[in-house]
Amino acid sequence: MPDRTVLRVDGLDVHAGSTPLLQDVSFAIDRGERVGLIGESGSGKSLTALSVMGLLPEGLGATGDVRLAARTPAEHNLLALGERALARMRGDGMSMVFQEPMTALNPTMRVGAQVAEVMLLHRTRSRRAARERAVELLEQVGLPDPAHVARAYPHELSGGQRQRVVLAIALANDPALLICDEPTTALDVTVQATVLDLVVRGVEARQAALLFITHDLGVVATVCERVLVMYGGRIVEAGPVQDVFGDPRHRYTQGLVAASDLSGADGRRERARLPTIPGSVPPAGRFPAGCVFRTRCAHATDVCATPPPWTPRGEHPAGATAYGYACFHPAGGEEDG
Amino acid sequence: MGEGTGTPAVELRGVSRQFRRRRTSLLTPAPVVDAVRDVSVTVARGERFGIVGESGSGKSTLLRLVSGLDQPTAGEILVEGRPVHDQPARRLGWLRETLQLVFQDPMSSLDPRMRVRDIVAEPLVAQGRHDNRERVHELLEAVGMSAEAADRYPHQFSGGQRQRISVARALAPGPDILVADEPVSALDVSVRAQVLNLIDEVVDGFDLTLIFVSHDLSVVRHVCDRVAVMRRGEFVEVAPTEQLWNDPQHPYTQQLLAAVPDLHGALAGRTARDLAADVARRGQDGAGTG
Ligand SMILES: Nc1ncnc2c1ncn2[C@@H]1O[C@H](COP(=O)(O)OP(=O)(O)OP(=O)(O)O)[C@@H](O)[C@H]1O
Ligand SMILES: Nc1ncnc2c1ncn2[C@@H]1O[C@H](COP(=O)(O)OP(=O)(O)OP(=O)(O)O)[C@@H](O)[C@H]1O
Ligand code: SF4
Ligand SMILES: [Mg+2]
Ligand SMILES: [Mg+2]
Repeated sequence: MPDRTVLRVDGLDVHAGSTPLLQDVSFAIDRGERVGLIGESGSGKSLTALSVMGLLPEGLGATGDVRLAARTPAEHNLLALGERALARMRGDGMSMVFQEPMTALNPTMRVGAQVAEVMLLHRTRSRRAARERAVELLEQVGLPDPAHVARAYPHELSGGQRQRVVLAIALANDPALLICDEPTTALDVTVQATVLDLVVRGVEARQAALLFITHDLGVVATVCERVLVMYGGRIVEAGPVQDVFGDPRHRYTQGLVAASDLSGADGRRERARLPTIPGSVPPAGRFPAGCVFRTRCAHATDVCATPPPWTPRGEHPAGATAYGYACFHPAGGEEDG
Repeated sequence: MGEGTGTPAVELRGVSRQFRRRRTSLLTPAPVVDAVRDVSVTVARGERFGIVGESGSGKSTLLRLVSGLDQPTAGEILVEGRPVHDQPARRLGWLRETLQLVFQDPMSSLDPRMRVRDIVAEPLVAQGRHDNRERVHELLEAVGMSAEAADRYPHQFSGGQRQRISVARALAPGPDILVADEPVSALDVSVRAQVLNLIDEVVDGFDLTLIFVSHDLSVVRHVCDRVAVMRRGEFVEVAPTEQLWNDPQHPYTQQLLAAVPDLHGALAGRTARDLAADVARRGQDGAGTG
């Protein structure tokens, strides 16, 4: 694994019994890189994150190779590690922020103590230093009067304030990898703007790798440099945000970008019909063989019944999976009509 | 469209709705929530009127008042010139024919034990109309679903299809006014576009007045002619959509607009830092602290 690589996921498959949920998911994230993971509901974003964190729900099996270079070099496949070894890494070398902050907070414990606890747990600081550092961290995530907030219980805080506390906990041990799964979906837009800013500042200050999950293209373009597009449990396209959204190759990405765009490039689209993708996302296990998008794709031909190979689109420091697509009849370039 | 002529579709005069929260202590009085505060507005026939605002600003409460599902603590509400604010539900049968609702989550508003046929026919049966077979098929077709859907149950459909079914049901009594509360907020982006197109089609095709609520400014912008920005129960600004977008007057409107992580803006280089800074700059009157 090259020096700068923090996370490398190779050929990750996740299945529930005989139902495949993720198939051949491969990507890498470098130090300081902010990578978005987008896709509609049920595309497999959360399962990807949970696989990396070793938090897959009971009954799901994972195969493949997941490596993290954090405190120690990436010697182990995380999928092969036991729960004790993984628990040592969670909250230390890697941490995660979920959509609903209350799932991560203990309702009966003051928030300052919760931020301190994660440092004590991983023995990164003494008790006294951890308490002091907790207040500093609460200040860094923009909470006014952090010493006061430290003594509050979660229910005394607003949704946006709670999410900042969760972010402070996630950043407490300076993780090499931060994963955020829809961290602002439950927040109002004005609060979202602040939290997005704090996430970016937090990872920038630590040169941490960020995997940011959202279904909002505008959010991912605001936060990330690079994006992975997921559909039907596969990564169908990846690359710099500018290229993937500005000039998509995969037909799914093309449809998603067009359907998301309510304003049109220059101001208001005169109440024209919006471009749509026909049909809807099938439930797990009901995606077609070959290209998973083929049942909704206007460009599908017979060859699409076989799995489309990954076509690299250009050089990228994070490797071949960082910039490319898996489509037989790609959009864009001179081919596009 | 006959805007400006004749009776408006909906008229609100100084409408307020207070809720009394449960007392948390024996010593202090029960706290009062001003969910809607002194809202006055006239929606013309054929207009597409949008309401945007953040969570808890009072949007759903206002829609419930307009739909006669709840009564204001002050003010008057007229639908096509007839009062709804002081009428008990049983006197509002006429309102169900005039005004119909579509909600955010079609799963919780569609009875899982009823066949689609009976769901769509429900408002007709309520009017005492039976043998609605033809009409149900017509309605399903109008929302882009096949007649065979009629014999299935809601859980057999995707979120977008369920929202089509709710629209079909809303159209059943031949209403003049369609009221939609976050109708696309629970949908995937690819399906959201389908449902927005459908709403557009039926509003045009059936000459409806539309009242459309969303927390998503870009959705409201796409759908509506005129927009009210709601905050803490009040309309802080009401303006034609494009005017509101290009020249927002109220600081809160400016803040809301600044907070949208717009894809084009981001691709043009607007970072999370810029976004947060814009919001903070415009929020200096104390709005939007989270
Ligand atoms: N424990 C489980 N058992 C069986 N199937 C599951 C399980 N967890 C998730 N799935 C299925 O796997 C697919 C991917 O789920 P995942 O939660 O990763 O989607 P997502 O992209 O995060 O969607 P969303 O945007 O709705 O959060 C879905 O079809 C989901 O129903
Ligand atoms: N039945 C009720 N009893 C007490 N308070 C209520 C009741 N209904 C609404 N409220 C309060 O009135 C305010 C406005 O709520 P409302 O549901 O209208 O907001 P909203 O703008 O629709 O929010 P959202 O975007 O979250 O749907 C909130 O503070 C809410 O808690
Ligand atoms: S591989 Fe074929 S079916 Fe899949 S997106 Fe490309 S053209 Fe469409
Ligand atoms: Mg998810
Ligand atoms: Mg509401």
